[in-house]
Amino acid sequence: MSKSLSAYSVENKKEKTEKHIMVVWVDNESGVLTRVAGLFSGRGYNIETLAVAQVDDAKHISRITITTEGTNSVVDQIKAQLLKLIPVHKVASFQINNKSILRELALVKIIGNKKNLEKAKKICNSFKTEYLDTTKSSFIVELNSTRSEIDRLIKELKPYGVASIARTGPLIMSKGSEITQINKGKIL
Amino acid sequence: MTQQLTGAQIVFKVLEDHNVEYIFGYPGGAVLPLYDELIHHKKIKHILVRHEQGAGHAAEGYARSSGKPGVVIVTSGPGATNMVTALTDAYMDSIPLVCISGQVPTHLIGTDAFQECDTTGITRPCTKHNWLVKDIKDLPLILHKAFHIATSGRPGPVLVDIPKDVQFQKTKYIKKEQAIKIFPKTDVKIEENEIQKIAELIFKAKKPIIYSGGGVINSGEKACQLTQEFAKITGFPITSTLQGLGAYPGDDNQFLGMLGMHGTYEANNAMHDCDLMINIGARFDDRITGKIDKFSPKSKKIHIDIDPSSINKIIKVDHAVVGDVGKVLNKLISVLNKKYPNFKKSNKASISKWWEQINKWREKDSLFFEQGNKILKPQYAIKRLYELTKNRDTFITTEVGQHQMWAAQYYKFRKPKRWMTSGGLGTMGFGLPAAIGVQLANPGKLVVDIAGEASILMNMQELSTAVQYRLPIKIFIINNQYMGMVRQWQELLHDKNYSQSYTEALPDFVKLAEAYGAVGIRATNPDELDEKIKEMIDSPKPVIFDCIVEQNENCFPMIPSGKAHNEMILGPSEKKDNKITKEGKVLV
Ligand SMILES: Cc1ncc(C[n+]2csc(CCOP(=O)(O)OP(=O)(O)O)c2C)c(N)n1
Ligand SMILES: [Mg+2]
Repeated sequence: MSKSLSAYSVENKKEKTEKHIMVVWVDNESGVLTRVAGLFSGRGYNIETLAVAQVDDAKHISRITITTEGTNSVVDQIKAQLLKLIPVHKVASFQINNKSILRELALVKIIGNKKNLEKAKKICNSFKTEYLDTTKSSFIVELNSTRSEIDRLIKELKPYGVASIARTGPLIMSKGSEITQINKGKIL
Repeated sequence: MTQQLTGAQIVFKVLEDHNVEYIFGYPGGAVLPLYDELIHHKKIKHILVRHEQGAGHAAEGYARSSGKPGVVIVTSGPGATNMVTALTDAYMDSIPLVCISGQVPTHLIGTDAFQECDTTGITRPCTKHNWLVKDIKDLPLILHKAFHIATSGRPGPVLVDIPKDVQFQKTKYIKKEQAIKIFPKTDVKIEENEIQKIAELIFKAKKPIIYSGGGVINSGEKACQLTQEFAKITGFPITSTLQGLGAYPGDDNQFLGMLGMHGTYEANNAMHDCDLMINIGARFDDRITGKIDKFSPKSKKIHIDIDPSSINKIIKVDHAVVGDVGKVLNKLISVLNKKYPNFKKSNKASISKWWEQINKWREKDSLFFEQGNKILKPQYAIKRLYELTKNRDTFITTEVGQHQMWAAQYYKFRKPKRWMTSGGLGTMGFGLPAAIGVQLANPGKLVVDIAGEASILMNMQELSTAVQYRLPIKIFIINNQYMGMVRQWQELLHDKNYSQSYTEALPDFVKLAEAYGAVGIRATNPDELDEKIKEMIDSPKPVIFDCIVEQNENCFPMIPSGKAHNEMILGPSEKKDNKITKEGKVLV
């Protein structure tokens, strides 16, 4: 096959794609999540996880945390595009390394007979889980940990009747005294 | 108690505060309160279009030729959806528009009410920002903000969706001066360090080129003057994108013509071979770059742009300055003058070899065509139109297709804001309504829509608007009876399978003009062309000029899909050995 000759950008020098976590501070107004999510879908970026909540009640600022995958230049472009959205105040992108704290919350419900529940509990006890609800035929545990740790718990529990899983997706925060400064620039 | 105004009154108060002269619109149930209010505001003239898309493009034409934002009012549902193409067009080409749409009353939102649609949802990806105003208290500030956002930074369209009940409700008005205080300032600090480095590169360059774009024109008259000054100081060759035409005089010797897919041989080769590229207000669009990994391989690249997301989006650059083009150029020129006072003289010698090379490329005469004595060549028709109108201040709009590219190639613009074309979106049907907006902004001036016979039918109804408001626009149809650009691609890329590109059953354009109350003129051969064009120019009425041209003419030169700047097809005899690859065919 002949080499692709494109009038558009063809990625032939393949840059490495990596997981990045984007944190976006936005005005908590109607439609803002659609603007952010629409930017990702419209420009072909992918959203792997998404967590949102208001973090400043007085100023109505929400913090959105998005896991995405892309090359460094794609992440730079996402950042620049996000900053162009009017309700966006600032944007930070993190790589997953030891410079920041990553946490995710998972709830797992197990339904099964006594034997299976016991085996499942044994597994849960080897993690830093907390039991939130226990009945004769079921229990719910919470695990607040890293993504890979949660993955591992779920994988190990699988044979014993995992009936429901809820995960928040990761939250991230930089270690030490560093915080994300306003980086919007002053151009609308 | 302070005076309370209704939502409808507030809308017009804001328009007055922002010195709006014209609104382009079309009434309907959800905007009737606004239309009631219209009569009380004599300074604002409403232009009744025949289709909301026409209102949008007319507002774009107005904005592009006046430098002021275009304002549109449409009703809910179909009124709003008809605006989507124009909003997208304005978004792609960075044109400031403020669109006010009516919405069903707030208590009916979400109930699939008559003529309800999710207008802010639909227009979110094609506006800079949009608002659904559910609370009357928010309306004054949102409207001021709408104007602010549309016109600041990189301009673009915004939309304010106002439910009918909100148009009736009352609140306190906020004046523009008060509102503006709350908005963030739009000035950025220009990176002095980068400017110094750029000045050094400019000083050292042996094969430089200036590549200027629509950002120069958007920045304003001053930026255009500074671009000219910059070119004069440096003696560098300058090329322009489609949207940038007119920022630098098209008939000046330093100007290499347009670059890109249908750009000149000299412009594209200079882009390819240069050692320093200075991009001023352009965005490395794919019509410009051709094949990315063969794009100007030997050059250092500088990018000046107001939009940070344009930097390194497509082409990685060596130095970038984010800021208003005019302000950056101002700084750059003063640094150059201080740092290298004798630059102007010394520089001539150091780039003289480069100019020799450029002049060799020029000798290829890539815009050459042969006009026989029978059938009119489209290029000839546009060239004659140029010659016969160049001594007056003429404004050109276009539709989309071959005629558009020929207009860009053969019509030479000497001033900014004289050229209005749909570049980013490539919207057939743009030119006629745009001409209406241009004529309103420039009364007494000659406004010509260079059109194709297929495109013109897409918003033909707007001729009725032109007649109603006595706007003597001229529609110059390059009638090749084909969707010529489609036919050309089919010839070059699809084994001459001319599927659905012949424009069958065309109307008699002369009679059509007359039916609308306009004037129809037809030219069929070179002998009568000049005389007929003069007749068109002299007519005080709107004119459709049906210019019957060669059907199979192709637009050259051309960088075919998937090729690099130095792999252009110059003319019909050349294209055999420049075969387009399978992958190239996939591209548009
Ligand atoms: C709204 C819209 N639909 C389809 C196209 C695709 N298209 C690009 S050029 C063209 C043909 C235009 O024909 P005509 O107006 O006669 O111009 P010519 O190329 O013949 O000069 C078409 C269909 C488009 N650009 N816009
Ligand atoms: Mg045609």
